[in-house]
Amino acid sequence: MRVMAQMSMVMNLDKCIGCHTCSVTCKQVWTNRDGMEYVWFNNVETRPGLGYPRGYEDQEKWKGGWERTKRGRLKMRAGGRMSLLFRIFANPNLPTIDDYYEPWTYDYDMLTKAPQTKNGPVARPKSQLTGKDLDIQWSGNWDDNLGGSQETAADDPILAHMSEHVKMEFEETFMFYLPRICEHCLNPTCVSACPSGAMYKREEDGIVLVDQDACRGWRMCVSGCPYKKVYFNHKTNKAEKCTLCYPLIEQGKPTICSETCVGRLRYLGLMLYDADAVLEAASIENEHELLEAQRNVMLDPFDPAVIAAAKSEGMADDWIEAAQKSPIYKLLSEYKVALPLHPEYRTMPMVWYIPPLSPVVDVVSNTGNDGEDVRNLFAAIDKLRIPLEYLAGLFTAGDTAPVEQSLRKLAAMRSYMRDINLGNEPDESIAQAVGMTGTEIEAMYRLLAIAKYEDRYVIPKAHVEQARDLEDLACSLDGDGGPGMGGPERSDRLRSPRKPATPSGATVAGFKALKNMSDPTQPSTPGRLNLLNWDGRGGDSGLFPPAEPAGGSA
Amino acid sequence: MTVTEVLAWVAFPYIAATSFFAGHIIRFRYDKYGWTSRSSQTYENKLLAWGSPLFHYGIFGVFAGHALGLFIPREWTEAIGIDEHAYHLIAVWGGSIATAVMIAGIIILLIRRSTVGRVVRVTTTMDVVMYTLLVATVVFGTAALLKHQIFGEAFNYRGTISPWLRSLMIFQPDVTLMTGVPLAFQLHVLTAVALFLVWPYTRLVHVLSAPFGYLFRPYVVYRSRDAQRGARKTPRGWEHSYTVESDPAGSRSTDSGSMDSGSMDSGSTASGSNPSERERAGR
Ligand code: SF4
Ligand code: SF4
Repeated sequence: MRVMAQMSMVMNLDKCIGCHTCSVTCKQVWTNRDGMEYVWFNNVETRPGLGYPRGYEDQEKWKGGWERTKRGRLKMRAGGRMSLLFRIFANPNLPTIDDYYEPWTYDYDMLTKAPQTKNGPVARPKSQLTGKDLDIQWSGNWDDNLGGSQETAADDPILAHMSEHVKMEFEETFMFYLPRICEHCLNPTCVSACPSGAMYKREEDGIVLVDQDACRGWRMCVSGCPYKKVYFNHKTNKAEKCTLCYPLIEQGKPTICSETCVGRLRYLGLMLYDADAVLEAASIENEHELLEAQRNVMLDPFDPAVIAAAKSEGMADDWIEAAQKSPIYKLLSEYKVALPLHPEYRTMPMVWYIPPLSPVVDVVSNTGNDGEDVRNLFAAIDKLRIPLEYLAGLFTAGDTAPVEQSLRKLAAMRSYMRDINLGNEPDESIAQAVGMTGTEIEAMYRLLAIAKYEDRYVIPKAHVEQARDLEDLACSLDGDGGPGMGGPERSDRLRSPRKPATPSGATVAGFKALKNMSDPTQPSTPGRLNLLNWDGRGGDSGLFPPAEPAGGSA
Repeated sequence: MTVTEVLAWVAFPYIAATSFFAGHIIRFRYDKYGWTSRSSQTYENKLLAWGSPLFHYGIFGVFAGHALGLFIPREWTEAIGIDEHAYHLIAVWGGSIATAVMIAGIIILLIRRSTVGRVVRVTTTMDVVMYTLLVATVVFGTAALLKHQIFGEAFNYRGTISPWLRSLMIFQPDVTLMTGVPLAFQLHVLTAVALFLVWPYTRLVHVLSAPFGYLFRPYVVYRSRDAQRGARKTPRGWEHSYTVESDPAGSRSTDSGSMDSGSMDSGSTASGSNPSERERAGR
């Protein structure tokens, strides 16, 4: 047993309102640069729908992820190492920018500078790749809210694998949002496909990163990732990907997408797993068993043997404790309501999803029945094969049973808690019907429905023996009015600019930075450029301190 | 031996070689972030899918041919029983096929570079310089191949150009060897030398990063964060260290070890900047 820790995420899809706040805040922080215009480390796609990039789930076309050979070994779907190297000059499986979308801007200048004419001026879309006029055909979420889905949804790879009648009926049936980030897989194909060895999985927290200095732009990771979550920066010509906001995670803070999520539906925490068992589990023959296999790779952080092994690997006590308190552990291993996205890619993804009950509830309520009655809900889950099959296509390689179990637990929670809220005696039989106890259901309710900040995010700080280094790394989102402002007592003092002067370790420089940051009218360093909003073009005054007066106007 | 000859056949090649080696070292030291193949495949795929492999596979053949002709003295090939006639046949046939493939590729790539709007827009000055020198080298080389080796009476470069190059390499330059060489060959050599001069400042740096190490490393690369921050407490000086020496990975996984890829870029920051960082075999 080789115990490793993995920072993981769970998203509760029932609560996603498809507002794209997560995508936008992520973009502001990580990808608002030239060469990354088309890149969304976090994207939210409407399902059924094509996703982003278009149809990325069709692995017969893109050849991402792993496949099991007849001899029971795992092989990259795109081919072995040799064949990868032979095709390094033109990667046959690489999506072009058109598979994402051609990024554009508008010639806004027209609006202010056009001479007076009979018709008002128009800001026309211009391609950011060629500067020419662009006839916009697609974008990162063109089929948002099923817009235009009559035309395109037939190409949804999940629907394509379902029975014929679905295609006709799905529109009236259901719709939900699927926010996606990099899965920080336990068996990542992106890392495995990188010829330079520039991609790596961090030993401490399992975050998958690209070493920008070692990347040589061979593009194999982009096509290797079945979720298409490594992107090619076409300006620097290097691969970039979701970093799980590791600078924040290291400080014990949630990622930007989690912090700003309007539905408060994201959970972050540690999972302990047995690194020696990963490959075997990922090679299991029956795709339907992959979910259970992955669950078995996860270790019980309360098991004394696991604790001893973790300690002997040098894992610190507070990390083990964080693994025990982890909301992810509860959702994955205790309540078993969360499911992985596309386990059949065999990468062992570590961002899991609680499937949405809302399509079911909607149908029940729309027919005039009580959408909180457990019998109605159970019956509907049994009957609504289409959404069930679809969810199974996403989360369990097509096996409806685990999705059904998960949904039944959510339905039971709904009914059980209604009784409590109405002041009635809770009905223990509801809990029993899904193999839980009333207490467990209430605990799950607190985690899923109340979803307190400190329950959602249990993130141990990276071990910082040089604490002061991180103290000075004040996060620019923490200023007054910034999205990261405030927060509970538990998180460290950097979060609250109002009491930055806690003596130990706080440096004068850090204190000043925080003070300046708490005043939105005041740039953190007066006269300096804020690199976060700098697009790299022009405006470099302020990048450097003002020149000496004697030295002229250079 | 005129001044021009010394400049062309001694000074220039040495300057180019200095630039080539120093440039690579300096760039690797200070511009790892800019060290890439600068692929434009995401912009355009259809032409590239033909042009790029044709060009690269062609040039591998051409490179092998040059290595054979320039660095293997005639006595050696004769010693293993390849006489001049046989050698000439092999060289001309092999060289012609490789050259044809390479030229087909380069033509497709040039068309692509000059007509596809997206690609045109990202073409830099250094790209233009590099393409010009590359095309010039190919044109003169092909001219020499056609004029002298195929249609003329084979010019004996293994008695002139090759020993000249080797004389440069052992720092005993012999200019006289180059003076009688036909013009096409001379121009081919000069443009090639110029190409080596600018090499490190162009996208051609990617050649040195050819990732052969990939064949020998484990699939999943693990790497530790810098030693000061991590899941593990940094041990006091007197305590057993988990991250620096006495690598526990070795005892844990069967095929641990560095993934050093043997090429220049291998684990640049991994093994270079921080001795405590290490990659561990996944499985
Ligand atoms: S989801 Fe992330 S970790 Fe997994 S293969 Fe893709 S990029 Fe790599
Ligand atoms: S911010 Fe939250 S609710 Fe809004 S789209 Fe993103 S995940 Fe869904």
